[in-house]
Amino acid sequence: MRDVAIVSFSQLPSVKEIEAADEPELVQPVTSDAMKQVGLTQDDIGFTCSGSTDYLPGRPFSFVAAVDGLKAWPPIRESHVEMDGAFALYEAWVRLMHGDIDTALVFSFGKGSLGSVPDILNLQNDPYYVQPLGLDSISAAALQAQAMIDARKATERDFAEVAARNRKNAIDNPNAHIKGDFSVEEMLEEPYISSPLRKSFCSPVSDSAAAVVLAAGDVAKKLVERPAWIRGIDHRTEPHALGQRDLTTSPSTKLAAEKAGVGKGKVDVAELHAPFAHQEIILREAMGLGEGVRVNPSGGALAANSLMTAGLIRFGEAASRVLSGDADRALAHTTNGVCLQHNLVAVLEGE
Amino acid sequence: MSETLSAPYVLEYTYTRSTGPVIGRFLENLRYEVLEGVKTADGRVLCPPLEYDEEGEPTTGEFVPLRPSGTVKSWSWVPEPRKGHPFDRPFAWALIQIDGTDNAMVHAVDAGKAKRMKTGMRVRLRWADEKNGTIRDIACFEPISPFMPGPVHLDYQVNPGKHYTAYLRGLEQGKLIGGKDPQSGKVYVPPRGADPVTGNPTSEYVEVPDAGVLTTFTIIRIPFEGQKLKPPYCFGAIVLDGADTPIYHLISGVPHDEIRMGMRVKAKWKPQDEWETSLENILYFEPTGEPDAPFDSYKEHL
Repeated sequence: MRDVAIVSFSQLPSVKEIEAADEPELVQPVTSDAMKQVGLTQDDIGFTCSGSTDYLPGRPFSFVAAVDGLKAWPPIRESHVEMDGAFALYEAWVRLMHGDIDTALVFSFGKGSLGSVPDILNLQNDPYYVQPLGLDSISAAALQAQAMIDARKATERDFAEVAARNRKNAIDNPNAHIKGDFSVEEMLEEPYISSPLRKSFCSPVSDSAAAVVLAAGDVAKKLVERPAWIRGIDHRTEPHALGQRDLTTSPSTKLAAEKAGVGKGKVDVAELHAPFAHQEIILREAMGLGEGVRVNPSGGALAANSLMTAGLIRFGEAASRVLSGDADRALAHTTNGVCLQHNLVAVLEGE
Repeated sequence: MSETLSAPYVLEYTYTRSTGPVIGRFLENLRYEVLEGVKTADGRVLCPPLEYDEEGEPTTGEFVPLRPSGTVKSWSWVPEPRKGHPFDRPFAWALIQIDGTDNAMVHAVDAGKAKRMKTGMRVRLRWADEKNGTIRDIACFEPISPFMPGPVHLDYQVNPGKHYTAYLRGLEQGKLIGGKDPQSGKVYVPPRGADPVTGNPTSEYVEVPDAGVLTTFTIIRIPFEGQKLKPPYCFGAIVLDGADTPIYHLISGVPHDEIRMGMRVKAKWKPQDEWETSLENILYFEPTGEPDAPFDSYKEHL
């Protein structure tokens, strides 16, 4: 296995609406900045991979349009996943394992402001049994949250405390969308959207874009003083049907974390992609993250959730802590699908 | 003015989906109000049926008929339904384990109010009126109440007895009649079969006035089955002048916070042409405006 590291990261601040930006206009600033940070241009990149979903802009092949934000002539090696950009990072990591190239550019973009994200995400559901019912993503997550309460694994107050802590952490994050010192008591007074979920227990719908540069071995060492080495990375998925799963646990996260070697050492920082407050509780339990771990110093997805980008931003935030020397060992996590169906976990180390 | 152009836009795909032998059979059966599950290789039953179980094993193709009822495994109440939801009034999403199966189905529960929802509750399937071979041929599920109607109906011919007849005849004429045993001297309104002090019949009838002292009262603020009046209202015990037992009636014509023990009250009668053999001839008791009775004057009647 080759040593591969994240060497740079760039993101657009997550906001309610980036008004004037089509796909290239979202992608160009972050890809050019991520490359510029390490003195590279597109000509130096061996492989380019992106993650996005066409259903956000409602525009078939919007991911192809995004390539217009790159210098793609002469033709470049390029690929795309209809998933969060973190899964594009996984594909790029696999591609670098081939050994014939040393660098990769990964990017993603998401404009939730153009449509209705909870309704768009019904398209993730089973097209025969669930999609025709119109199960939006908040209601699906609410079934999971109620199952947590019924199993006595958490209370609504626990959900509020997770939300309050993430948004407090985000105060120091200039790229976060929702931040501040929020009162748990006030959150618990909010009306339900889909019980037991109240507005504050859900992530915001944000617009953003992000990019990272990956480099292998000696190339990485030349580009930065302290690369964020990917020491382990794995993703696992569970059955699609909600009625086939114990929604209060995440066996896919647990297994991916084991395969990524999370338990082999002390975790300083963990960036978890939990779009709903109760999901952070499930993820922490699945990965055995105790009190000593700084979870989501960025504020996580509860502070900024640009669909298809929030996961790659978790990788970027975790890598930034390692690149800066703030953390020696960081965990990055991304989820995909309904109620934490599919999970990707990576361990990043400074040495 | 925004410099970026913007316009509404709709994305639609008019796709149809092939269903195959497992899902297709299940959906087709819904048209005929038949609910089936499929057996897995290890003997479990899945509804809705799947081609493969979570172990990746093909299911057997053996279908089993199911009773259209089940148990809620998790739920979420939606106070304000979104466009595209199965109801435009508040409802619940739920994971429902159909009786005799080992998985759960996502569907809606038409429960009326969130308070009726509970994990573990029993629900029955409600079929849609119009069916087209989709999961929406199941309109929703509805709570199964653990109660059944249990009415009792028996016919009787009752009479109130001699003393109550005298009392009710009195009311018919706008009079309040009490009964007295000369030995004890106590006056009971209404008259009784026996004076509880002496055991003698209350052999002598006396008319008492329709005014007296409010000895105690309560304000009713909660609704209950069979209630005739809209809460809040006041109900009180009134010892009529010359009587030794109270009658009970509504207290009205006065703000509730001014009602007090010892208050002098007088009957407000219905118009005479509406009088019957009933205490309802008196609409309520209202204050007379006289000074309150001292506590010692009525304390033995409390």
